[in-house]
Amino acid sequence: MITIDSLTKTYGHTTVVHDTTYTARAGRVTGFLGPNGAGKSTSMRMMVGLTPPTSGTATISGRHFADLPNPGREVGVMLDASAQHAGRTGREILTIAQQIMDVPADRVLRMLELVSLTEAEAERRVGNYSLGMRQRLGIASALMGDPPVLILDEPANGLDPAGIRWMRDLLRDYADRGGTVLLSSHLLAEIEIIADDIVMIGQGRIVCQGSKADLLAAAGTVVRAADILALQRALSAAGLPSTVSGDGSLRTDAVAALVGQAAYNGGVVLTELRSADSGGLEEMFLELTADTQRERTAA
Amino acid sequence: MTAITIDHVYERRTEIPRVPLTREVRVELRKMFDTRSGFWLIASIGIAGLLATVATIAFAPDKDLTYYNFAAAIGFPITVILPMVALLSITSEWSQRSGLTTFTLVPNRRRVVVAKTIASIAVAIASMLFAFAVGAVGTVVGSAIAGTSLVWDLSLGHALTIVLGNLTCLLTGTMLGMLIRSSAGGLVVYFVYTLLLPTLSGILATSQSWFKDLQPWVDLNYAQGFLFEGMDSGAQWAHVAVTVTVWIVLPGIVGLRLVMRSEVK
Repeated sequence: MITIDSLTKTYGHTTVVHDTTYTARAGRVTGFLGPNGAGKSTSMRMMVGLTPPTSGTATISGRHFADLPNPGREVGVMLDASAQHAGRTGREILTIAQQIMDVPADRVLRMLELVSLTEAEAERRVGNYSLGMRQRLGIASALMGDPPVLILDEPANGLDPAGIRWMRDLLRDYADRGGTVLLSSHLLAEIEIIADDIVMIGQGRIVCQGSKADLLAAAGTVVRAADILALQRALSAAGLPSTVSGDGSLRTDAVAALVGQAAYNGGVVLTELRSADSGGLEEMFLELTADTQRERTAA
Repeated sequence: MTAITIDHVYERRTEIPRVPLTREVRVELRKMFDTRSGFWLIASIGIAGLLATVATIAFAPDKDLTYYNFAAAIGFPITVILPMVALLSITSEWSQRSGLTTFTLVPNRRRVVVAKTIASIAVAIASMLFAFAVGAVGTVVGSAIAGTSLVWDLSLGHALTIVLGNLTCLLTGTMLGMLIRSSAGGLVVYFVYTLLLPTLSGILATSQSWFKDLQPWVDLNYAQGFLFEGMDSGAQWAHVAVTVTVWIVLPGIVGLRLVMRSEVK
């Protein structure tokens, strides 16, 4: 479990991470979502002691990272897959990790297998690796010590669709066995596929957090009927404000059960009733980060 | 109802022992050799030593085929190259960004620096033993070829001050590595330290009489010369102590503070 309490980082007059509090729980994959420059990487560096926080604390299983006796066996960390000496071979990088953690030597081969790097690839120098291969090597290195906690910064970057699916299965299995995973991404779709819980950050502030299911429900409901006007009347009769979307459906903030009840009371036949999942979350993502993101929508 | 048991493998944790310093030293030693550049840098010490031996036999006048001259010729490349090995072992963590991994596996950066320094000293001592051994072979072979008698003109005491001199060179590299934390910048400053400053100091000493008496107290390279050529007065030890403190220990302490506090990105 990772516990972040009032974590803040200030450079001069610029506050990069502003009083953030959240947790990543065991047995869950927590997605750390935010646009570029939102403070995700700085936050993660503070968790693992590479950047000193201005104030606040980050603890892993109740302890500060610096107090862990053998961190590699407690927390698997991958902050930047490209941050390796280009002159070392993939196998050598894993061997160094294996030796410092003091885990059995055969784990190097097992980790190579786990991330599907071949023997021949492992003998090549990392300078010649593609980004996808570096990500795989970084995952192998993070998992070397069989740690109960994983901290991964943009792990899906550079992976092809099959690679992203592989990573999802790997992390799903890891969390199901009781592990804690915190992974960051600036891509909503990735987080939606992989994460159970979501922590959304924009310009250094946590804009929302919760389970994916709750956040999806909060994103509202999409409902469609043969007679859209009758549906709208039924909803407003039940006190549920709604808006007509471009595709002829209605959107409302109410949960599906309330919407269904309202339609039933109004005698309206529904043709579709669902939570406003991906589209809704994306809208929320853009909305919540609208005043904090770099791109301004042309009015 | 079927109970589904999930294997919570991560709850059966026992206390894991702390990473011992010996293991860190072993890994840091490995990291000095496991890249192409690192390997050839250290291999060049051996290659340069052998070339120096051959050159001494071929070109030195017969009366100079003594053990001290051989050991000095072989030792010279060591004094130049070893500090670079020590420097690069530290700066590469920043320049190659491998520090992201190194400092998350061992968060105590002082321990990492200590491990790197011990590893550098181990390489230095191995290189010097190599120099003394090749020097002995060179002396025997050289005098046999020239037909001169064997001259073993290096006392144990003198050998130890040479070792000490080499270590001060080595620690210059360690200090600059911590202070600059960039491979390119570190090497530039290293050459300023070992080539440019001694030259300026030498020019100043020959042209300004007031500086001549001051030179041994402020010129690190000049004071290190005493260690290599053999100490013959307490004043020289004082010169060494003062210059090493000012040029290596004090900036080293600043460098260590920077290493401890700087952000690793």
